[in-house]
Amino acid sequence: MKKSEAGPNESPRVGVLAIQGDYDAHAQALREAGAEPVLIRKPEQLAEIDGLIIPGGESTTFLKSLERDGFLGALREFVQTKPTFGTCAGCILLATEVTHPPQTSLGALNVAVERNAYGRQIDSSIHTAATALPGSPLEMVYIRAPRIVKTGEGVKVLAERDGFPVLVEQGHILAATFHPELSQDRRVHRRFVDLVRARLTRP
Amino acid sequence: MADSHNANGIFPPASGASLRLKVGLAEMLKGGVIMDVMNVEQARIAEEAGAVSVMALERVPAMIRAEGGVARMANPKLIREIIDTVSIPVMAKARIGHFAEAQILQELGVDFIDESEVLTPADEAHHIDKHAFKTPFVCGARNLGEALRRIAEGAAMIRTKGEAGTGDVVHAVQHMRQIVREMKALTVLSEQELYAAAKEHQAPYELVRMVAQAGKLPVPNFSAGGIATPADAALMMQLGAEAIFVGSGIFMKERATPLDVEKNPREREEAMSRAKAIVIATTHFNDPKILAEVSEQVTGTMKGLSAAAIEESQLLQTRGW
Repeated sequence: MKKSEAGPNESPRVGVLAIQGDYDAHAQALREAGAEPVLIRKPEQLAEIDGLIIPGGESTTFLKSLERDGFLGALREFVQTKPTFGTCAGCILLATEVTHPPQTSLGALNVAVERNAYGRQIDSSIHTAATALPGSPLEMVYIRAPRIVKTGEGVKVLAERDGFPVLVEQGHILAATFHPELSQDRRVHRRFVDLVRARLTRP
Repeated sequence: MADSHNANGIFPPASGASLRLKVGLAEMLKGGVIMDVMNVEQARIAEEAGAVSVMALERVPAMIRAEGGVARMANPKLIREIIDTVSIPVMAKARIGHFAEAQILQELGVDFIDESEVLTPADEAHHIDKHAFKTPFVCGARNLGEALRRIAEGAAMIRTKGEAGTGDVVHAVQHMRQIVREMKALTVLSEQELYAAAKEHQAPYELVRMVAQAGKLPVPNFSAGGIATPADAALMMQLGAEAIFVGSGIFMKERATPLDVEKNPREREEAMSRAKAIVIATTHFNDPKILAEVSEQVTGTMKGLSAAAIEESQLLQTRGW
């Protein structure tokens, strides 16, 4: 198995967890943001990548598949140190606490998340709002979205909706309750690829 | 990537927020299994096994086929109970052309409406105007023209029709191969030839042109109709399906008799083993080692009915136009 060897000037290899969900949209967004996407379906593949995206989809389905072959344990270890970006279901998986209903998680991001808090598909919506990212307001696509109801120590809020965080960062972890991969603006993915690159150059 | 579908390329922001949100939910279901359920206990099993969504209905296609009569939208009470039970998206079926059933389903908060040939059609000429709804629709298709006509009407997801309720995958294969072959054929035509192609497919020129440029449908392309085993799911995924619908394959024992998942623990376990195996097989559709492993864990399989033995007039797939 080949270890990742990307130098600071090369495209970093970024995995997209491909158990289920909109992993293709993320792979495309990564290409546009200057990274090389790799679809990840088995725990041993984690050794090949410099960072990981956990996409949108159904978090319950992700967990069922992760419970096989020690994948959950391997992933828990990975997200402790390696750059990881979760959107929607991915944000739920990264959180330390999940409610409505409660379920197990990777516990890497110091937030509490309430599933489907904005309602059903009929309540899905597109907003444009200011963020801490450089440039104009950002389009945000929410689909049966979860809500970050509490943030703990070390969590930086980069954007909000109705007073609740929707884009957060904690060291090497980035998470969004919306779907930047479904918009054409690549600022969020570029921020994550920068985060991956910064970790590569560190001695 | 063989299983690639660019969510952003074909429907740009200009196509409207509503359609983007509808196709967006379809994107989230990719690589997953949508399971037919007839009661709350089956819905629980489906969610626990890792289904991405459940389809709430009163009788699965195998029972509709065996029992006959008019098949309609499920009772809203049942749909509401299932919505209250699971955290995953809930789908339900409306009859072809029956927009009042669809209005009721939207009101109930159903996440996806299947305008389905499995139910008895309510209109012999017109499908539902799906643009008029906020809730996304999935529709069945046997060929590219049919798929594009449904997309023109506002469908946010296409699935092969196959032959529902048989446990025989042969027609799902035929429909998927035909749709993929017809899409490939469009990609090599010149701009001038696309007008005649649109006429042949009886589909809007703009949509034909989109497919010619992208080589795939502008909405996710799933598979349904006769998928009963992990191997069937893997087969359809390798043929180009982006997710799998399983109807009668999980909860049926004989053709008209469901497994008793409420009172019989052994039969509950059997349904769970089938459901779990199909979920894993859909994710790892390209990995024969895992497919062998999960197939081994399945106890019992739906008995099934050879699709070739069904009289033309009894086929469900010929409903819809």
